[in-house]
Amino acid sequence: MTFLRRFARNRGALIGLLVLALIVAAAVAAPVLYPTSPWRMVSRPFMAPFALERFPLGTDALGRDVAAGLMHGARVSLLIGFVSTLVALLIGVPLGAVAGYFGGIVDDLCMRFTELFQTVPSFALAIVIVAILQPSITSIVLAIALVSWPPVTRLVRGEVLSLRSRDYVQAAITVGQRTPRIIFGQVLPNTVAPIIVMASLMIASAILLESSLSFLGLGDPNLMTWGYMVGAGRTRLIEAWWISFFPGLAIFLAVLALNLVGEGLSDALNPRLAREAR
Amino acid sequence: MTAPVLEIENLTLALPAMADRPLAIQNLSLSIAPGETLCVVGESGSGKSLTALATIGLLPRAVKPAGGAIRLAGRDLLPLSEREMQDIRGREIGMIFQEPMTSLNPVMRVADQISETFEAHGALDRRGRRERTLELIAEVGLPDPPAIARAYPHELSGGQRQRVMIAMALAMEPKLIIADEPTTALDVTTQAQILKLIDALRKKHGTAVMFITHDFGVVAEIADRVAVLQHGIMVEEGPAAAVLHMPQHDYTKRLLAAVPSLVPPPPKDLSGAPKAFQVKDLSKTYRGRGFFRRGREVKAADHVSFEIGRGETLGLVGESGSGKSTVGRCVMRLIEPDEGQIRIGDLSIRELTQAQFRPQRKRIQMVFQDPFASLNPRRTVGRIIAEGPIAQGVPKREALEKARRLLDLVGLSANAADRYPHEFSGGQRQRVGIARALALEPEVLVADEPVSALDVSVQAQILALMQDLQKRLGLAILFVTHDLRVAAQMCDRIAVMQKGKIVELQPTAKLFENPQHAYTKALLAAVPGGRDVGATLAAAGIEPSG
Amino acid sequence: MLRFLASRLAKGVVVLLAIAVLNFALIRAAPGDPATVMAGEAGAADEVFVQQLRERFGLDRPMVEQLGIYLKGILTLDLGFSYRQGRSVASLVGERLPATLLLTGSAFAISLLLGTALGALAARRAGTWADTAITTAALLFYATPLFWIALMSQILFSLKLGLVPNVGYETIGAGYTGLARVLDILHHLILPALTLGLFFTALYARMMRASMLETAGSDYVRTARAKGVSPSVVTRRHVARNAILPVVTLAGLQAGQIVGGAILTETVFAWPGIGRLMFEALAQRDYQVLLGVFFVSSAMVVLFNLVTDLVYRAVDPRIQVGG
Repeated sequence: MTFLRRFARNRGALIGLLVLALIVAAAVAAPVLYPTSPWRMVSRPFMAPFALERFPLGTDALGRDVAAGLMHGARVSLLIGFVSTLVALLIGVPLGAVAGYFGGIVDDLCMRFTELFQTVPSFALAIVIVAILQPSITSIVLAIALVSWPPVTRLVRGEVLSLRSRDYVQAAITVGQRTPRIIFGQVLPNTVAPIIVMASLMIASAILLESSLSFLGLGDPNLMTWGYMVGAGRTRLIEAWWISFFPGLAIFLAVLALNLVGEGLSDALNPRLAREAR
Repeated sequence: MTAPVLEIENLTLALPAMADRPLAIQNLSLSIAPGETLCVVGESGSGKSLTALATIGLLPRAVKPAGGAIRLAGRDLLPLSEREMQDIRGREIGMIFQEPMTSLNPVMRVADQISETFEAHGALDRRGRRERTLELIAEVGLPDPPAIARAYPHELSGGQRQRVMIAMALAMEPKLIIADEPTTALDVTTQAQILKLIDALRKKHGTAVMFITHDFGVVAEIADRVAVLQHGIMVEEGPAAAVLHMPQHDYTKRLLAAVPSLVPPPPKDLSGAPKAFQVKDLSKTYRGRGFFRRGREVKAADHVSFEIGRGETLGLVGESGSGKSTVGRCVMRLIEPDEGQIRIGDLSIRELTQAQFRPQRKRIQMVFQDPFASLNPRRTVGRIIAEGPIAQGVPKREALEKARRLLDLVGLSANAADRYPHEFSGGQRQRVGIARALALEPEVLVADEPVSALDVSVQAQILALMQDLQKRLGLAILFVTHDLRVAAQMCDRIAVMQKGKIVELQPTAKLFENPQHAYTKALLAAVPGGRDVGATLAAAGIEPSG
Repeated sequence: MLRFLASRLAKGVVVLLAIAVLNFALIRAAPGDPATVMAGEAGAADEVFVQQLRERFGLDRPMVEQLGIYLKGILTLDLGFSYRQGRSVASLVGERLPATLLLTGSAFAISLLLGTALGALAARRAGTWADTAITTAALLFYATPLFWIALMSQILFSLKLGLVPNVGYETIGAGYTGLARVLDILHHLILPALTLGLFFTALYARMMRASMLETAGSDYVRTARAKGVSPSVVTRRHVARNAILPVVTLAGLQAGQIVGGAILTETVFAWPGIGRLMFEALAQRDYQVLLGVFFVSSAMVVLFNLVTDLVYRAVDPRIQVGG
């Protein structure tokens, strides 16, 4: 059975994909539907949801449109999620490949270094990095990438280590292929599947991490984000629950969708494991 | 004649819809008398293991009994509930599985795992269980029972673990013991001991034994009667001597003809053959690494020396851990040896850097053991074969063209080049592996257990192919194997390895007639079936099978 | 055993030193004069104070020497001085540490016990409604942002239903002593600990379920069944006992995440631990405190890892020597 058909048979993964598509659509449509800045005060503060047709999700303490904030926030969440995951992969994959392929001292050094970053409480490190470098989209992406690469390295190293001793890689050595060609041609292509699965889960946790930073007031001050909205609403929680509720729900849905897609990918790429788990 | 302990009547097992055939077992009938050993023999996929699992009621969920009866002492087991079967397992049927490494719970002490059988059936009190457990450990021939009782499985060797499995199966003195390939994962000398133990216990307790195996040598050692299974159908059944020496069914005949004989064929004339490959004083020591303590050292190769002439096959024979594979990989420089000389023709390759050696690699090539792991699943077969020539600078088009010719040479059709490894059977893949090695037109071929992952009939074809190719191309072959039968048929001379050293190196006929070293003698004596079974390998039948 | 402890402790010290170097590098990575950064927003104006800092940390001297001074400070438990609070960072953190240990410790215990139990139950009943319910709940909670679920449960359970206190560690001014105080603290602890533990409960439940299903297919489980051992004993003694090992490993690796989660939980529930301290320091741009908390929380993780390693050694006989 093909990969696509296996993926399509997984109901959860399809729902996840659908929700993800909606969020992407919202992010794309945001500048069209809400061309003005989401920071602009457009109405009276504390308008409840559905009280006015123009503001289906209500307004916040400063009279800003919650719906507009949500749609613009989707852009930031997705952007940071993707970019920081990409950066983390760019750090993690080469390091893991080198450690796994060459072994010995190189492996030891790489893994000690990785362990160090894995020991450090990642959220606390992210806070410190963003706080010291000053909150901006660059520092946030950097911080998230810096705390999320170790699992990639461990995964790639493990895969490469096992593939390296596989006979077909040994055979490539015996016929005289060069090392870079073996790593890129024989080894890494066979690690793509688990990396893709991990990447989809990493985007989810990057979105969670970004929103947590924003919640603590460490978001980029120029960008409206979901985490910031939850944080901003929390002092007036009793009177205006919706200000914090909707953005939180958005984070939840985005993360859930990515997790579902990730699981679907994992099942579809590893049919044997999927069947056993059933 | 006494009433049979086990009587299987018209048993049919249905496979799930996606399987390659609808029935795993079709109308199987057999019986085992008290104190009798029945060997169920077949190649992989014959349904022999499912027969065993059906008897003890542990079939995988997807496989369902679709008819017939399995009667233990007259009582049909198939209609029994899971609870009733649970009471029968361990009490009336004991089972020994194949993999001693994974069949014991890694976090439970040996004694607890044995006495669990008593506990499950409410037998004896705490103290009685402990005593019986110690007695059982002694009975299966394990040294220092109190120490073994306290040990965890990882502290025991494979053979010791299999003895623990036997103690567990024996605990409740069951009427029937099922042994599913119990010695396949063990070395030949350990295998001989375990076979002897099972046989001795059967005699002592009068237990009926159902022994599942693929190995006719083992059959010759242990069977009273034999049932031969092919694709889920029993093709022949009868007393062991009759089946082994006067097989009736074609399939049985073919299987027996594929078992290599321990009597070597007449030697080839190799006089005047130039030296193709020389290894002198090759050594390799493995050291465990650790920051706080010195790792222990293992001498995997200890001053190993040999030479191979053009057109000659040298066997490197030994049990696991003897260092034979290390030597094979050292001469390929997949592992860097610590010291020694390696010469291909006039070229000494030990002094070269890996980069300098790379263009010379075409002169020495390797065939790997596992045909499933040795081909990149993402490459077409043609690409896999062409990769070597391409890496050595042959234009891609030309290399792919050559790959097609090579496929033809190894008995596959040229259009196999466009297909992926998973579309081929194990034997076909091994042909691809041979084609890959030959693509570089090497002078020396290192074959690392090239047939030990294959069924016996496929094994014979691959061996014949290798002999044929050697004759045509004048290859010098270093043949690494644990199997003395295969070595007897394939090799011109044999080097026996033990603990990293070559303890004896002789022309094959001489080694088998008059072994000098005690270890060689022990190895030869341990080969199951001895000279009783086996045929001289015919250089025919190199057509690929399905 | 002693050798194992010694080697693990040595490793822990190396990790902590490396983290100290990281800390040092972070201050230098900040834009602007490190002295101003150390002083924080408030101190930046005070030229005398900045000058003092320069002298104390040798900021005019070569980098290596600066690092030496910094590491010496760390080794003597000198984590710097908070100008804002007028106190040493060590004393600030020390005062807040017990609350955080209580919170993270209970959240860890809750999630490990509940998570493995639920995961085992789901695996045992694989395919039934109980499995579906547990798996779905785990999936949902696994995706819920911690700070949001904290806020929402705060509204629901304390503000609307009044079941538990809203914020804080104990009832201020009630003057409870002895058992009454302990009960009061526990009453305050319930909601933060449960919220913090929720995500990890979900994580461990998923992990345990997968691990149980995998173990159930192993050869030694089949061996146990072939001995006639009853299904419940097979599950308990053979499946669960082995399945929990990877979960313990994961729990060790996740220790850092629990400490990170505590920052958010303490912020929402005004729990007076080092996480809340970090939040306060953020608002005041008090970098000395920030880095101090970061260092101490890392030390906590190192300690957590040591404990899980010891637990692992106790439950898995195959681990004989540590390296």
